Amino acid sequence: MPQQQTSSPGQGQRFDWWAAQAAATASESAAAPRRTAVPAQPGPARTADAQSAAAEPVAAPPAPPVPPAPPFAPSVAPAVPPVPTVAPAAVAPAAVAQEPTAQADTPDSTQVYRSVQASPAFQDIRRSYRTFVFPACGAFLGWYLLYVAAEAVAPGAMRSPVAGPLNVAWLLGLLQFASTFLLTWLYARNARTKRDRAALGLRWDTQDQLR
Amino acid sequence: MTATTGVMTTATPPPVAPTGQHHGLAVVLFAVVVLVTLGITLWVGRQGNAAEDFYAGGRGFTPLQNGFALSGDYLSAASFLGVAGLIALYGYDGVLYSIGFLVAWLVVLMLVAELVRNAGRYTLADVLALRLRRRRVRAAAGGASVVVTLLYLVAQMVGAGSLVALLLGTDSAQARTWTIIAVGALMIVYVTIGGMRATTWIQIVKAFLLIAGSLLLTVLLVVRFHGDLFELMRRAAQHSGSGHRYLEPGLKYGASFTSRLDFFSLGLALVLGTAGLPHILSRFYTVPTARAARRSTMWAIGLVGGFYLMAIALGLGATALIGSAEVRHANAAGNTAVPLLALVLGGGNGSTGGVVLFALISAIAFATILAVVAGLTLASSAAFAHDIWAGAWRGGPRRRRGGEVGEKPSEQQEVVVARFAAAGIGAAAIVISLYAQQLNVAFLVGLAFAVAASANLPVLLYSLFWSRFTVRGAVWSVYGGLVPAIVLVLFSPVVSGSKMALFPGVDFHWFPLENPGIVSIPLGFLAGWIGTLTSPEPADADRFAELEVRALTGAGAA
Repeated sequence: MPQQQTSSPGQGQRFDWWAAQAAATASESAAAPRRTAVPAQPGPARTADAQSAAAEPVAAPPAPPVPPAPPFAPSVAPAVPPVPTVAPAAVAPAAVAQEPTAQADTPDSTQVYRSVQASPAFQDIRRSYRTFVFPACGAFLGWYLLYVAAEAVAPGAMRSPVAGPLNVAWLLGLLQFASTFLLTWLYARNARTKRDRAALGLRWDTQDQLR
Repeated sequence: MTATTGVMTTATPPPVAPTGQHHGLAVVLFAVVVLVTLGITLWVGRQGNAAEDFYAGGRGFTPLQNGFALSGDYLSAASFLGVAGLIALYGYDGVLYSIGFLVAWLVVLMLVAELVRNAGRYTLADVLALRLRRRRVRAAAGGASVVVTLLYLVAQMVGAGSLVALLLGTDSAQARTWTIIAVGALMIVYVTIGGMRATTWIQIVKAFLLIAGSLLLTVLLVVRFHGDLFELMRRAAQHSGSGHRYLEPGLKYGASFTSRLDFFSLGLALVLGTAGLPHILSRFYTVPTARAARRSTMWAIGLVGGFYLMAIALGLGATALIGSAEVRHANAAGNTAVPLLALVLGGGNGSTGGVVLFALISAIAFATILAVVAGLTLASSAAFAHDIWAGAWRGGPRRRRGGEVGEKPSEQQEVVVARFAAAGIGAAAIVISLYAQQLNVAFLVGLAFAVAASANLPVLLYSLFWSRFTVRGAVWSVYGGLVPAIVLVLFSPVVSGSKMALFPGVDFHWFPLENPGIVSIPLGFLAGWIGTLTSPEPADADRFAELEVRALTGAGAA
C-alpha cells in the first residue's frame, strides 16, 4: 500500500495526526475491521466530551441487535442495542449502580467501552504494552535497587578497581546511565512499531462509535 | 529586588569568589533574568484565559518544547548546584545520589506519561476520577498533591534564599529573607498572570540556558584536561583531601549501617517519587497527544541524563581545580562549587572571562530557581482549584454538558479560584520558608519525593492497572502513604533529638531514618490493597473499561 507509515510519523515534530488517521485506518483495516470507515472527523475528537454527546448509535446495525454480551469477534460492529436495558447484562451486574456525577455516561457509551475493551484489537494493544512494560520495569527497578543496596551491603566489593581510577561502583553507576538510555530507546521502538498505529486506529473507531 | 539583595553585601566573601564590584555584573544579569521572565509572562499570558490555557497551556506545545520544559521543571537549583556540589565534596556518593533522579524517568516514561495524558485533563486526580467518581477520592488526591508541591516549594525557596544571597556575595540573614520574599512574589506574578503557558516558556528558556551553560563549562573543563577524563578523576582525588576514598562509596552515606539504610530509603523515594510529582504530571497535558507525551519524556530523559553526566564532570572538575577544602569553605554544602569552577575556567579571579562566566552561571542558577518555583506553584494551585475546590467541594467539574448536578462552578470561576490559590499558596510557602530556613534543602527535596512516592504513585498505578481497585482502596492508599510519611518524619532525627534538628532542645524521636520512604511507600501500596480487599462495594468494571480503553488508545482524550 502506498502509505507505509511503519517507521511511523517521522521524527519531525509536526506530524499531522488527523491526516495519519486516514492512513492508519486504511492500512489497519485488516487488523481491526470496522464497518464504516468514516475517517477524519477531527472535530469532536478534541473535546473530552466526545462521549458525553448523548451517544447516538451510529448507523443502526442492520443485523438484529444481539442484546446482551457484545460478541468480541472481529465483527465487533458494536451492537449498541437501541433499547439498552439499564444494566449492561454482559458482565458484572453489580457494577453500574452508583455514580452521582456521571449522568453523561449513558449505558450506550459504557457498552461501547466494554465492547472495545473486549475486542481482540484492544487486547492485542494491551498485551503488547504490558508484556513489554512490566518486565522492563521490574528489570530496571531491580537493577537499580540492587545497585543501591550493594552500596549498603557490600561496599567492599564496590571498591575493587577496574581500570585506571575507575572502580566497580563507578562502572555500575555509568552502566545505570547507559541502561536508562537503552531502555528508553527500546520502549519507544516497541511502542512505535507494535502499538501506535493500532491504538490510533482503535481510537478513531471508538470515537466513531461514541458519536 | 535583586538590587536590594545586592546592595546589602559585606559579609565575608569566600576567598576564591569574586568580591565587591564583581558581583555588580551578577546583579545586572539577575535583573535581566527577572525582566525577561516578566516579559514572557506578560506577552504570553494574554494569549488565552480559558481553563485549558491556564492549566495546560492550550495543549499546543511540541514534544521538543515540552521535553525542555520537563527537564526545566525537574532540574532545580538543588540539582544544578547541589548535585555538583555533593560530587565536589563527596565524590562517588554524589554520583550515586544523582543516578536515582535519572532512573526515575523510566517509571514516568513507561507507566505514567502516555496513560496519564490520555486519561486525564489537568491534574493527577483527573485520572483517578475517570474511574472512581467520588468526591473523597478527588479530595484525597488533591490534598496529597498540595502537600507534595508545598514541601517541594519550601525546599526550593529555602535553597533560593541561601543561594541567591551566596551568589551575590552576602550571607546576612536579612538578605536571605528578602530573597525568599522576592522570589515568592515573582512566582506568584508568573503564575497568576501567565498560567501554564508562561510557566512553560519560562521553563523552556531556563532549561536551554541551563544545558547551554553546563555544556560550555564542561567543554572548557575537558579542554583544560586535554580530554583525559581519568586524569580529571585522579586530580580530583588528589585535591579532595580524602585520596582514593573520594572515588569510592561511603564518604557521605557510609558512616554506619543506619546511614546506608537511610540512603537506600532515599534512593527508593527518588526512583518512585518522580512519577508522582504533580508538577511533572501536569506537564503531559501541555502536548496534544499521548505520543507527544512519550516523545517529550524521551527528550527529557536525554536532557536530564546528559545534564547529570555533565554535573558529574563539573563536580569532579571543581574538586580537581579548586579543591574540596576551598569549595567547603565557600559553602558548607558545596552549593557554590559550579560558580567557583566557572570563575576558574574563565581565567581565574580578577580576569574578565572569569567574572563574566561566574556572573553568567549565577544568573542561570537564579533563572532555575524562579522557573522551578513557578512550576510548583502552578501545580499546587491547579490541585487546589480543580480537585479540591471545584472537584470535591463544589461537585465534579467533569461532564458539565451531560446534566446538572447541583450548581457546578464554571471553568472561568475555577480559573479565578486557581489564580487566588496560587497567590495564597505562594504566600504560605513564603511564610513557611522563612521559618524553615535552617532545614537542609536536600532533605526537604527527598521528603517531597518520599511523600509523592507514598501517597500519589500507589493510587495512580492501582487505578491504571488493577481492575479490582475500588474507591476505598484509593482513599486508603493516599492516606495510608501520606500519613505514615509525615508521622515518621515528625519522629525522625530531623525534627528532634539531634544537633541539626528543627527542635534541637528536645528529643522525641524513635524513627532512626531521615527519609521515611522505605516504610511509607510499601505502606501506601499495602493500604490500597487492603482497602480494596475489604471494600464493601465491588470495583466498577464499566468505569475500568472506560479508563483502560481511553488510556491506551486515547479515545476521547482532552
